[in-house]
Amino acid sequence: MKMIKNITVALTVGVAVSISAMAAGAGKHPLQVEWSFDGPFGKFDRASAQRGWQVYKQVCAACHSLKYFRFRNLAEIGYDEDMIKAFAAEYEVAGDVDDFGDPTTRNALPQDVFPSPFANDNAARASNGGALPPDLSLMVKARHDGANYVYSLLTGYEDSAPAGFDLTDGKYYNEYFKGAQISMAPPLFAGSIDYEDGTEASADQMAKDVVMFLTYVSEPSLEKRHQMGIKVLLFLLMLTILLYMSMKKIWKPVKEGKNFYED
Amino acid sequence: MAEWESVKPENKALSWFEERLPVLSLMNNVMGPGTPTPRNLNYAWNFGSLAGLMLVIQIISGIVLAMHYAANTGIAFDSVERIMRDVNYGWLIRYMHANGASFFFIAVYIHIFRGLYYGSYKAPREVLWMLGLVIFLLMMATAFMGYVLPWGQMSFWGATVITNLFSAVPVVGDSIVTLLWGGFSVDNPTLNRFFSLHYLLPFVITGVVILHLWAKKVSDSGNPLGIEVKSSADQIPFHPYYTIKDAFGAGVFFLLFAAFVFYMPNTLGHPDNYIPADPLVTPDSIVPEWYFLPFYAILRSITFDIGIPGTDIIFIDAKLLGVIAMFSAIIVLFFLPWLDTSKVRSTKFRPMYFWFFWILVADMALLTVVGGKKPEGIWPLLGLIGTFYYFAHFLVVLPLLGKIEKTLPLPESISNSVLKPAE
Amino acid sequence: MSTLETTNHEEEGVSRRDMLHVGAGVMAGVGAVGAVWPFIDQMNPAADTLALASVEIDISQIETGAAVVITWRGKPVFIRHRTAAEIEEARTVNVAELPDRQTDDERVLAGKDEWLVVLGVCTHLGCVPLGTKSGDDKGEYGGWFCPCHGSHYDTSGRIRKGPAPKNLEVPEYAFLSDTTLKIG
Repeated sequence: MKMIKNITVALTVGVAVSISAMAAGAGKHPLQVEWSFDGPFGKFDRASAQRGWQVYKQVCAACHSLKYFRFRNLAEIGYDEDMIKAFAAEYEVAGDVDDFGDPTTRNALPQDVFPSPFANDNAARASNGGALPPDLSLMVKARHDGANYVYSLLTGYEDSAPAGFDLTDGKYYNEYFKGAQISMAPPLFAGSIDYEDGTEASADQMAKDVVMFLTYVSEPSLEKRHQMGIKVLLFLLMLTILLYMSMKKIWKPVKEGKNFYED
Repeated sequence: MAEWESVKPENKALSWFEERLPVLSLMNNVMGPGTPTPRNLNYAWNFGSLAGLMLVIQIISGIVLAMHYAANTGIAFDSVERIMRDVNYGWLIRYMHANGASFFFIAVYIHIFRGLYYGSYKAPREVLWMLGLVIFLLMMATAFMGYVLPWGQMSFWGATVITNLFSAVPVVGDSIVTLLWGGFSVDNPTLNRFFSLHYLLPFVITGVVILHLWAKKVSDSGNPLGIEVKSSADQIPFHPYYTIKDAFGAGVFFLLFAAFVFYMPNTLGHPDNYIPADPLVTPDSIVPEWYFLPFYAILRSITFDIGIPGTDIIFIDAKLLGVIAMFSAIIVLFFLPWLDTSKVRSTKFRPMYFWFFWILVADMALLTVVGGKKPEGIWPLLGLIGTFYYFAHFLVVLPLLGKIEKTLPLPESISNSVLKPAE
Repeated sequence: MSTLETTNHEEEGVSRRDMLHVGAGVMAGVGAVGAVWPFIDQMNPAADTLALASVEIDISQIETGAAVVITWRGKPVFIRHRTAAEIEEARTVNVAELPDRQTDDERVLAGKDEWLVVLGVCTHLGCVPLGTKSGDDKGEYGGWFCPCHGSHYDTSGRIRKGPAPKNLEVPEYAFLSDTTLKIG
């Protein structure tokens, strides 16, 4: 028993240390925010996610694509079918080739992907001073401590670089970004959008809301996963306890020293 | 060798079938009531069956994922995202498969260290031990190729770095690498063949597992005391005693597994693998999965050439030496049964080896940490020390220890040692 | 030395198979069955497939007497804007003489009987019948004609002659407005 414990401890420590070792990337450690989706019972805050969708649509979508997000996914953050159709219809996507072989466009449908702001990566670079605005659909999972990282980055701009820091022209100082120089201009300003639900649109609020939305887009199954996890763990716990009691009972004669072969 | 005990079912149909294909007898002699097993196996003996269970889970979840996965560089990443977003329970199955690999390795590493602690590799179980090492090697190949399939940044650069290891081979190295790639870089042909092999190898593993169990049947299970079974009083039937114990162990193990799958599904992975592969941008640091880290650390710790000092003559350059060291780290385990000269199996009766064993565990933990760090500052030196000790343990300490260590007296029999005399 | 008997028929062995072991066994079985479901359900249509399970069609451009074919769930669907004469023809048929007895009313929506919507899959062996495009052979009954084995369908899509056993299948559909048809 003791040995298993020792091994487990040694390995766990090894794994834990190596994970934290990997976590130590460049850039300042992100601020820690309490998110509604944290923890085993965590859920998305629907109202916040809907506001975040508005922020993404009106601010981020100017440069950032959302390749793995489809309009129909909005159903899971509380929009009904008609609203989703209306949202989709605001955008145009490529349609079928017409009878003369020419490309057509049509209004987007719920099953369509959110259209990218640029035709391709090169067009995106050309419009953004050579920097490619990354796709945001997996951003929260593609960075260490992703939700906190995105929040910290969005709110972490400073007006000027500290003395002695060599800031390249056209870049902005942000300590949470690797190397502290980022090509993205500060995107969120208080009051730059009007929330449909009347919430005051402070920069901090917008950052939190858009992180809520992007976390949903990165990991749409999070709520299902959390709910199923509780059930599975409780089930396994009960089963394991039963198996333990069963084992104790079966093993009783062994512990009493019974010889099973020569009685 | 253990005796073979046939089953004669009373049911006519069963009996008819059994005479023609003795499946029940086979089961009976592998894990049934007809398998006498030492009565003193502790929980360290649970991990073999756990590894077997994980193999089954990996194969089933893998086959299911292959129904949705597309092994093409253009759509591999998208197909994985489709599994995560649109396929019914796809997220669950993929997280099971990804974390299942880690838990398979956890079970196997504990299984291996149990073998090291209790001297399970010693006569007459050398072949049993070596078959286990073959399984371990096959697992590493399978896991490596599986990690490439999602075609994220870590997939791509991991594949690039690891396949490039073969370029260290003198003369034909570059040709080997081109052959592995099927091109001039890691690309679509590489992904395709990795998928094919990733699908094949688990079944090869299953085959070797059967040989492993066969060898176990021939030499019987070892036990924590490391002494031979002397009489039937030392034994109990495998079923129901060890089946229920294994079932309970599986319950505990699955609790931990489920905690990861449902609440920390990406903790053991790397965030960079959620960025699609980009052959033009290397991530800041390329870190293998945790279970490769000790060997990765050994690979990187060699930064010097072997040659004649003061001249330009180099026999083995650092790159090749690193690769040799990494492979040797596993090859050396094949010679363990002869490197360990002690007559006593169990560490319980080897007071000096006890300490060296735990130093080895700590050394592996150190190498794991070093493997995850960037090779800067103190880490390369620690890696070199760790590598040095690793080989010293097997090549120097073990052969000498058997000669100089004063072992404790062995108990007369398992039953004598385990069963307290009645008052 | 050992036999099955000594282990199984031990005095306690059998009687001790009490509720505890049964309970543990049953629970493990239930767990195993529950765990199997995700592995089966993953083969059902995924969310992206289901999202395409219904289509909406603008029918304002389909003139009386014309028909179009659209793709729905990977299969052709014929939408026919029937003329008054065609409707009349479909209605006056003696249903009792049909191989697959169905009135025209059962095959169209009440009040929208100028629209006939059927799956364009011959009920014989799955070919796509002719008759949608102008100039196609519409068969002896003015509906569709399957070139594979010569099945004739009438203006209600009912089988009239040939080897096909059933009428052309009518999918589930509804009119969202006067100009928008939703299939599925």
